[in-house]
Amino acid sequence: MVSEGRTTAGTPADEVAGAPAEAPGAPAKLTEGAQGVQVTEAAQVTQGAQVTEATEAARLRAVAAAVPDPELPVIGLGDLGVLRGLRLLGAGRVEVELTPTYTGCPAVEAMAGEVRRALLAAGAAEVEVRRVLAPPWSTDDITAEGRRRLAAAGIAPPRPLGRAPVTVPLLPGPPGEEHPVRCPRCGAADTELISRFSATPCTALRRCARCAEPFDQVKER
Amino acid sequence: MNGPATGGPGRATGVVPEAAGAAGTTAGTASGTTEDAALALGDDALVLSHRLAEWAGHAPALEEEVALANLALDLLGQARTLLTMVGDEDRLAFCRQERAFRNVQLVEQPNGDFAHTIARQLYFSTYQELLWEQLAAGDGPFAPLAAKAGPETAYHRDHAVTWTLRLGDGTRLSRERMQRAVDALWRYTGELTRPVAGLAGVDWAALAAGWAERVGATLRAATLTVPEAPARAVWSAGGGRQGIHTEPFGRLLAEMQHLHRSHPGARW
Repeated sequence: MVSEGRTTAGTPADEVAGAPAEAPGAPAKLTEGAQGVQVTEAAQVTQGAQVTEATEAARLRAVAAAVPDPELPVIGLGDLGVLRGLRLLGAGRVEVELTPTYTGCPAVEAMAGEVRRALLAAGAAEVEVRRVLAPPWSTDDITAEGRRRLAAAGIAPPRPLGRAPVTVPLLPGPPGEEHPVRCPRCGAADTELISRFSATPCTALRRCARCAEPFDQVKER
Repeated sequence: MNGPATGGPGRATGVVPEAAGAAGTTAGTASGTTEDAALALGDDALVLSHRLAEWAGHAPALEEEVALANLALDLLGQARTLLTMVGDEDRLAFCRQERAFRNVQLVEQPNGDFAHTIARQLYFSTYQELLWEQLAAGDGPFAPLAAKAGPETAYHRDHAVTWTLRLGDGTRLSRERMQRAVDALWRYTGELTRPVAGLAGVDWAALAAGWAERVGATLRAATLTVPEAPARAVWSAGGGRQGIHTEPFGRLLAEMQHLHRSHPGARW
């Protein structure tokens, strides 16, 4: 099943890479340059004594943050909140911590591969990706920019939880009126749940009562 | 209890942890290692994941197809995390023999009709939700996974509750079939609240009470009769955790393991 988001995403990788949300000024363009350019810039980085370790870590973090999510490619791993940390271990070795959105998310391995590739292309000599579970990922970890990008791609962003644990009512009742899930297309608040389970583990399938379009929503957790 | 040692068929694989200690004792936290507990919980998740995956292509509606696959995927993620705490996840999943598996017998029961699958989901997800709640509140080796899996399991139970209500409080036929499923699987539920060897920090009495309360409330709301028969039939008590499984489990393993056993190390 191909979600609306995927078909309307255009060239998501470029879009995301062009606007790194973290580490202002970091040259995320390294990920999209030709091979020769990458090597040259990487060489500059390693020889430049003026480049502090912190700057280099921030630069590489921005590169990792800009890697698009394999299943929701409109959003980068940084904005999705799954990039937990990046450390320089010396001699060009980089350790990255990723956390899965869902325990069984099959995209984690693809994410790890993409992050490794992007960091190697950006000059890292060796990349180790670690999977961490604690603290558990929450939809509150999605940045404001990430929510904007999801909505722009026709995927309703999750409502804020404020770190309260998810409580699923024992008996289904009417959805909360104070925080309706709005249609990402027409903005109507009158939407209904079709299934709590959709194309990816982290999305639910809903339908708008006004424009009648079905849409995915990143479900709160 | 009559738990056999696992030294028999399983030992040949070289990856079989020893029997899960005194799994059948009445101690609050029976003796055992963290690996014993990880294996038991991991096998629960793995086997139920496989059962749910068997619905692929057979679910009553497209949305349900996707829902069941999502549930299976969550459980597979749990299984991978847990089995990795014990050893090589692939060897544990694909190279052990039946008697070396430590899952409860409930999860290996065949899908049956859709009502049977939903009853199994209701019983198991309620148990798992309560277990994750307790483990997440502690600081043991399972706390990170419990905190992670808890919210997912809440969705699993919501799915099962929604269907139980719809089928139970539905047509005469759907109610009849849901009741039949609830009754048929009841005998496997006693095992859910028995202490798991090596799993510290769980109040099993509270878990059993919570389970009875939540499941009872759902069944009553669905106009179904809560079974009165003892949940713990003599022959099945504690069996799964000691490696004793029901007949359908062998066929499940045959299908789940045959590719890996026929083509060891195959990848794609």
